[in-house]
Amino acid sequence: MSLLEVRDLKTHFRTDDGIVKAVDGVNFSVEKGQTLGIVGESGCGKSVTCLTIMGLNPKINTISSGEVLFNGDDILHTSAGKLRELRGDKIAMIFQDPMTSLNPVYTIGAQLQEAVLLHRDVTKKQARARGLELLKAVGIPRPERRIDDYPHQFSGGMRQRVMIAMALVNDPDLLIADEPTTALDVTTQAQILDLMMRLQQDFGSAIMMITHDLGVVAEVADEVIVMYAAKVVEQGSAQTIFKHPQHPYTWGLLGSLPRLNADVERLVQIKGQPPSLLNPPRGCRFHPRCPYVMNICKEQEPQLLPVADHADHLQACHLDDETKAREAQKLLAGMMAEAG
Amino acid sequence: MINYIIRRLLWAVVLFIAVTVVTYIIFFIIPADPARAVAGKNPTPEMILRARHYLGIDKPVYIQYLRFLKRLVINQDLGRSFANRESVNSAVAKAAPVTASLVFGGAIAWMLVALPIGILSALRPRSLLDRASMTFVLVGVSAHPIWIGLIFSYFFGYKWHITPISGYCDAINPSVGAECGGPVQWAYHMILPWMTFAVLFAALYVRMIRANVLEALNEDYVRTARAKGAPEGRVVRVHVLRNALLPVVTMLGMDIGLALGGAVFTETIYNLPGLGRTAITALNALDLPTVQGIVVFSTLAIIIFNLVVDLLYAWIDPRIRLA
Repeated sequence: MSLLEVRDLKTHFRTDDGIVKAVDGVNFSVEKGQTLGIVGESGCGKSVTCLTIMGLNPKINTISSGEVLFNGDDILHTSAGKLRELRGDKIAMIFQDPMTSLNPVYTIGAQLQEAVLLHRDVTKKQARARGLELLKAVGIPRPERRIDDYPHQFSGGMRQRVMIAMALVNDPDLLIADEPTTALDVTTQAQILDLMMRLQQDFGSAIMMITHDLGVVAEVADEVIVMYAAKVVEQGSAQTIFKHPQHPYTWGLLGSLPRLNADVERLVQIKGQPPSLLNPPRGCRFHPRCPYVMNICKEQEPQLLPVADHADHLQACHLDDETKAREAQKLLAGMMAEAG
Repeated sequence: MINYIIRRLLWAVVLFIAVTVVTYIIFFIIPADPARAVAGKNPTPEMILRARHYLGIDKPVYIQYLRFLKRLVINQDLGRSFANRESVNSAVAKAAPVTASLVFGGAIAWMLVALPIGILSALRPRSLLDRASMTFVLVGVSAHPIWIGLIFSYFFGYKWHITPISGYCDAINPSVGAECGGPVQWAYHMILPWMTFAVLFAALYVRMIRANVLEALNEDYVRTARAKGAPEGRVVRVHVLRNALLPVVTMLGMDIGLALGGAVFTETIYNLPGLGRTAITALNALDLPTVQGIVVFSTLAIIIFNLVVDLLYAWIDPRIRLA
């Protein structure tokens, strides 16, 4: 049994302009101790997917359907109280912006302590000791002195370490990380990713890593989902996604990775904007931006189907296998040449 | 910290001098002569001259101002009223408790209304309660205290006999021959003034608290608290309110400081012998020392309350350091 299994998840928001289908029929699973990377542009539904799993969408205008099975129990339709007990205990989450994710008027010690006391029947002293232990684990220098400092006394990278400490304080089975490095500078990004990978070894948590950065995914993920406009367009192991990408959107993402020694003036970009989820395009949602667009793409929505001979590698594109193989090889060869 | 307070006090001195100088100047721009009022009916020019000398207004304005300042600093004396030669110190001391009763009682009243309504309507936006409270805000901000006061005293006092129509009772040490006295009578007489005074502020504070709470509810750290598994009640109490109510402390301190200078409308409607009404009476009588005394008092009130707010803020908000 998978640790987390998401089946046909749909999250729709009622707005004044109509219904925004932010997540529209997504399936995936996360195995114990594994890392799943979810990649896509801003607004493709990756963050909403996480918030739906956590039950953190605003109740007033959200309609969710499908199944979210955590250790076999459906947590999408469970009571608010049950879900609350899981949150911060079995499932923890860290967010994109460490500058605003900690409460400015409480010391980090108090916030860590709160996380423990919400789920464990221990004394304040024990909770604090546990918090201190975690601050040490995430590499805060002189934690016994910093524990009584306020968030504004920490740098962004240090605050994200505190957030990670707070998420791991109850030893969760699943850690959802929503673009944990996006707001940090590049050297700090690498440190935080290293830290997360090291802690994953120590704590044995599974990680769902949400990112728009394929570089991050390449570094950490076992499995990868590529999302576009509220749907999954490609899914497979990190190996296959990087070695045999099947979807033109994935090619676009790979092509737009910055490379230091590349002999190009500008980054390659995917033309156009992601579509509005109020009114997604007919047929394949990527077709208005796709350089390989065919007539069928405008009419018929491609299904997410296994690639021939690779049952674990799913993709949703009408292009024939030969073209895909050829284009993928061209792209990868180009990248290798640049890298070489 | 000490440095900060010293700097603030120096500023207070500058502010104080500016405010009193302006009061003096305004008074001497008014084309009226207090000596005429003092000199009695149909005074001869000679009598007026003597009255001017008696009041001390025959000297140039700056001399008068310096004498006022000297008296104030050295003897803590605000001088004597032009109108009845009463000591201004005792006039202010008599009126200040009345205004303080009104302002502090009113502040408690408006906070008792604004806190629950503001918070609840932010937690349930667009609900019936929220719409009703926004209507109240609109009415409360638009309705003039004079009108509210008249309506209240007509219905509650005159029609239904629930409260006195007007008047004031000392809570402690009522003067000999006073009609009423004691804390119970004091509170009984203050009910309508408190309500009247509180309406405008309650409306303003409902709107402010609602906006602050709504904003805080959308903060990332509130989402973090929920992600930690905190129950909704705790999220609101510990994480939302603590942050949302910080600015309310500032507003409350400044508004109380400001209002201590005299709640003119409410005091007039209910015939309360507070600073506002005393100032109006003194202005009509061209009684500069009394007006100046009240200006001095309210300036001090504003300065002190602003300082208190700043010190309090540094204590409750860890991000603020006084330096």
